[in-house]
Amino acid sequence: MTYKKPVQKLAGKIREITLGENLKLGGESVLPFYSFDGDTGHKPVIGMEIWDVHPENWPTTVMEELGDRVRNPVEWAKFCEEKYKPDFLCLRFVGANPDMGDRTPEECAQIAKEVAEAVTLPLVIAGCDSNEKNGKIFTKVAEALADKNFAFLSAVESNYKEVGAAVGLAYGNIVVAESSVDLNLAKQLNILLMQLGVKPEKMLMNPGCSAVGYGYEYVITTLDRIRLAALDQNDATLQLPIIMPVSFETWKVKESAASVEDVPEWGDQEERGIAMEISTSVGILAAGANAVVLRHPRSLEVVREFINSLIQ
Amino acid sequence: MALTGMDIYKLLPKKNCKECGFPTCLAFAMKLAQGGVEAEKCPYMSEDAKTRLSEATAPPMRTVRFGAGDRCYTLGGETVLFRHEKTFVNRPRFAVAFSDTMSNEEIQSKIERMNKVDYIRISEEMYVEIAALECKSGNKDTFLSLIKRVKDGCKKAVPMIITSDPEIARAAVEECRESGPILFGADEQNYEAMVNLAKQYNLLLGVTALDQEKLYDLVQKIQNLGYRELLLSTGSTALKQVFDDVVNIRRTALVSQDRTFGYPTAVFAHKLAKEKMMQLAIATLFVEKYASVIVLDDIDYSLALPLFALRQNIYTDPQRPMRVEQGLYRIGSADENSPLLVTVDFALTYFIVSGEVERSKVPAWMLIPDAGGYSVLTAWAAGKFSGKTIARAVKEFAVEEKLKTREIIIPGKVAVLKADIEDELPSWKVVVGAEEAALLPKFLRDYTGKKVS
Repeated sequence: MTYKKPVQKLAGKIREITLGENLKLGGESVLPFYSFDGDTGHKPVIGMEIWDVHPENWPTTVMEELGDRVRNPVEWAKFCEEKYKPDFLCLRFVGANPDMGDRTPEECAQIAKEVAEAVTLPLVIAGCDSNEKNGKIFTKVAEALADKNFAFLSAVESNYKEVGAAVGLAYGNIVVAESSVDLNLAKQLNILLMQLGVKPEKMLMNPGCSAVGYGYEYVITTLDRIRLAALDQNDATLQLPIIMPVSFETWKVKESAASVEDVPEWGDQEERGIAMEISTSVGILAAGANAVVLRHPRSLEVVREFINSLIQ
Repeated sequence: MALTGMDIYKLLPKKNCKECGFPTCLAFAMKLAQGGVEAEKCPYMSEDAKTRLSEATAPPMRTVRFGAGDRCYTLGGETVLFRHEKTFVNRPRFAVAFSDTMSNEEIQSKIERMNKVDYIRISEEMYVEIAALECKSGNKDTFLSLIKRVKDGCKKAVPMIITSDPEIARAAVEECRESGPILFGADEQNYEAMVNLAKQYNLLLGVTALDQEKLYDLVQKIQNLGYRELLLSTGSTALKQVFDDVVNIRRTALVSQDRTFGYPTAVFAHKLAKEKMMQLAIATLFVEKYASVIVLDDIDYSLALPLFALRQNIYTDPQRPMRVEQGLYRIGSADENSPLLVTVDFALTYFIVSGEVERSKVPAWMLIPDAGGYSVLTAWAAGKFSGKTIARAVKEFAVEEKLKTREIIIPGKVAVLKADIEDELPSWKVVVGAEEAALLPKFLRDYTGKKVS
């Protein structure tokens, strides 16, 4: 008998979404990196995290390279764009958290505007831990960056109306629908946003991320099921590209956060943090994510090389 | 290829004796084709038919073994492409690569690093299971001395002998036969000798060929020699191609139901990339997608922590959530006056809560009762996280003897349990804690702050 290579033909296709002016996401009609089955669409993209406040507990070498620029998000963003050449920048308003300085939405909008004017890369705007506050921040920031086609992380069940209306409807930006690691919740929120009038081309989704070891099997299985529903069953409500803020999760877990003094046998802390970030990213990219947000330049380099060696 | 009901019917005696429990041979054949009954139920089938049937109705991917004694491992036996369809069963095993052209110092330091990575994560011991020993010198004695050193140095690792020379392979097998090595491997030139050797010592035989087509042909030849304890690997040297190979070997077995590729696969990540973090990325991909042996250049905690955790996650049965052992856990340098929190034994909850407690830098105790392995709200709804179960854990783990505190912090989401717990534990005060784990650090700091003032 001679070998007959199996081919999986799928009915669906992930929608192509443009972030900013010309960063394209999605468009694939096969499972992630299955170039042997057909069109893998646009290459997955990588963004870098930038904070509105001076970061605490960031890796030493990153802080050294960034230097004083971390005190100014505009300088920080310019530096990252030039030096590390990510595909996009993720501006995260940690300082808007009511417990972390409670920066006003107007101030956030001002910062976002300055950053957007200083760089050419598209932005992804991330909020703080309070969904209520995020609704207010996103409204102001989306207004300040009207029709830029930037993505906002995220609209959740409790604030999707406010975020969807401001970001997606009024000010022409992209709403990221975030749900917590469940196919049905992801689908439901997408439908709710679409019913609100947000056009699918102004939507991305984040079906919930965690670090490897921390319920990651649910993350992978949810991604598997979402992608199979979108591609195999041609479910249009799930055919949106997926973006995941990996670094938000991986740098706070013990494997990354424990110092060498705490756990001497584990060895260099920064290596561990980088490894957690890389492994978590690769795992979700292989299950269906189209964009990831990272913190460490070395992770960026490795994940990019990984993507390039699978898609050529 | 799978047999249809009609194919099977032709092999049956067609007596309609009903002794199998079915009214006719045809009905029995149909059931057999679906896998709903064992072929042995038919008392009149010829031996030849039985062999053909058991081959045809066998699982699409073989379960193979290597190792010996306590260090015996199974690979393969997978039945699905995605874990939610059922579950992945036999986790991949990691290997660290050695070669007999390495310097003594290099070999020694690798052995030390391998031995250093050994720890428990959710009741599973994590260490590198395989030492991949490659003969690059072409010299038998040089290779044997490497095997000896690694065998003596890493007692836990099962050797994987890598050579294409049957002479050297035989000597190597004899050097470490008691540990049940993997023999890698058979190729187009040497397969007859390699199969004989594997047969003689009952070893898992690695089979390699240039690409999928050539590997397919070679496996057929080896199967014709009557050997089926195989581990497959193509000789592809680019990641993209290896991914293609591994995915399509799995799909050929499970989707096309062609058992020629119904064997586990090995990936040599260290040959696809030199750099450590790139090897980590490659290993991550193949833990998720279908490899059974993954070879790395080296190991340390920065690689082990994500890889072993990922493997444990991916190979968890989706129908049986991971549970942590019940007990009283000390976080940080907690003493008898430190705060005491209680949560459920669902591993994910435990990890998230304990992580946040650690992040708070407030030394504390965590009490984990038998809550059925469910999340907080599910366990509460099922009556598994209740005054009774918590009181039982307080008693079982001698909390009153070990700690002076008589306050117990419960998850904010189950505030309704307060009265129930206080009924069961009259000398205790129940404090309603944070609603979400992320709010715990602030809660604990406020809680201990209040105590001091």
